[in-house]
Amino acid sequence: MDNPGVSKVVLLACGSFNPITNMHMRMFELARDHLEDTGQYSVTKGIISPVGDGYKKKGLVEACHRVEMARLATESSGWITVDSWESQQSEWVETVKVVRHHQEELLAAEHNKDDVDTVKCAKKRRIEENSFESSDHHRKLDGPRLMLLCGADVLESFGVPNLWKQEDIAELAGRYGVVCVTRSGSDPYKFINQSDELWRHRKNIHVVHEWVTNEISATHVRRSLRRGRSVRYLLPDAVIRYIQEHSLYSAESEQKNADVILAPFQKYCDASTS
Amino acid sequence: AMASCRVPLVLLACGQYKVVGGIVSPVSDGYGKQGLVPAKHRIAMARLALQSSNWVTVDEWESQQPDWTETVSHDHPLTLTNARISVHRLTYVRGKLESYPQPPNCKMTTLPTKPQSEACLYSKSNILCCLALLSGPSPQLKLLCGADFLSTFKIPGLWLEDHVEELVKRFGLVCVSRGSLLPERAVHESDTLFRHRENIFLVREWVRNETSATEVRRALRRGLSVKYLIPDSVLEYIHQHNLYTEDSERRNEGTALRPLIKQAHQPIKSLDD
Repeated sequence: MDNPGVSKVVLLACGSFNPITNMHMRMFELARDHLEDTGQYSVTKGIISPVGDGYKKKGLVEACHRVEMARLATESSGWITVDSWESQQSEWVETVKVVRHHQEELLAAEHNKDDVDTVKCAKKRRIEENSFESSDHHRKLDGPRLMLLCGADVLESFGVPNLWKQEDIAELAGRYGVVCVTRSGSDPYKFINQSDELWRHRKNIHVVHEWVTNEISATHVRRSLRRGRSVRYLLPDAVIRYIQEHSLYSAESEQKNADVILAPFQKYCDASTS
Repeated sequence: AMASCRVPLVLLACGQYKVVGGIVSPVSDGYGKQGLVPAKHRIAMARLALQSSNWVTVDEWESQQPDWTETVSHDHPLTLTNARISVHRLTYVRGKLESYPQPPNCKMTTLPTKPQSEACLYSKSNILCCLALLSGPSPQLKLLCGADFLSTFKIPGLWLEDHVEELVKRFGLVCVSRGSLLPERAVHESDTLFRHRENIFLVREWVRNETSATEVRRALRRGLSVKYLIPDSVLEYIHQHNLYTEDSERRNEGTALRPLIKQAHQPIKSLDD
């Protein structure tokens, strides 16, 4: 039964997932527990959206592999899924656009349930587009709302020059919401405090503390694989098998895009010079 | 000094050793640690977790041993007696290993009891792990532990020097770093360990992973998810048997660990790390 006081939430995680690890999966579980613990939210779905090859990150293997590995990892989950829309776009897509895309899909799915409300909702949405500064506007949204799920490193990357557009950050934190899973050693609150943009939307940024320090990183996993070391118990077995079957990670694969500029930097460079 | 600690690692990496098996040996219920659920469950869960492993197995011998109080000697604290047993058992196991030219199937029923050193506040596993290493004609058996375990050697009164000596000299340790604890420091701080540093293999776990059974139990009590921290099959088993609750955590509450019941000597000083 739908509890009117409880907002439905869908968590969306963007990233390379190169490869997906147990830490990524754990992030979803932690975020769901945290949000539901507040009594204000009900997390209905999790979406993993691997980045497209156009991102040009060093060592990024083909999207088709990354999507498939994520699928294998989510097989045992009853609520986390993988979406390949972002990975199929020919050019790199800004995170805020990915979020918008998925929010629209969610709303469309809701509206398909009841066509009568379609016009009303479209009008509501237009009004809201102009006022996403308001911190509780989201309660008026029909259907589940999307929140961006990420680690503290992503939140802190908001401060890297030219990596994010300021208005995108404002929209992500203001209109949608961010759930940031942190480990000991990083202090997202400090970072939020130091950014006026984030501070303004602090109520919409949920910081989840991971007490069981878990620093499995995809970078470490790739390094171990290159050196013939075991990564057992760091990733799901099915993902390890896939990696072995396709000989995915090697010294060679790690050099991919080594001399290429990361897509966001390229984009903003072009923008500033045009 | 530290250089010689590193030599075994180099030898290991250069292929002087081949690891032929791993044995997980859960402690018996008589150990008396707070929150310890019945051994049959802990054995079952370990079996589920290791089902997919082709080299690590579970051994029940230790878990079936009778209560520790039966093995008390009046001359020494229980901890020391069990260190003695530990050496005895390791010797016995090694003897059995020597009679197998092929890597054993690890069906051995005799395994060392765990030295009773867990009075300290470190988060510890109640599982004794051994590695059977093959080097030369006969397989060796080494004790696998975390850096927190190694650090207990310096706690006054907890270990008798010559028992530690026997353990390290005749068998050897493979010690994995834990959190911020580095085994190098424990070796440095103990003369006995230092003396036998060539028999102590130090493994650095670069992925800092502080998943502890204590944390997992805590999360379960609070209805929080522990998926991806433990295997799905173990998670299912826990839910089926409703294993970890506030009640189960209170088991043995207020009771000192069996090993310490007979501690007659100076009380253990503060156990802050």
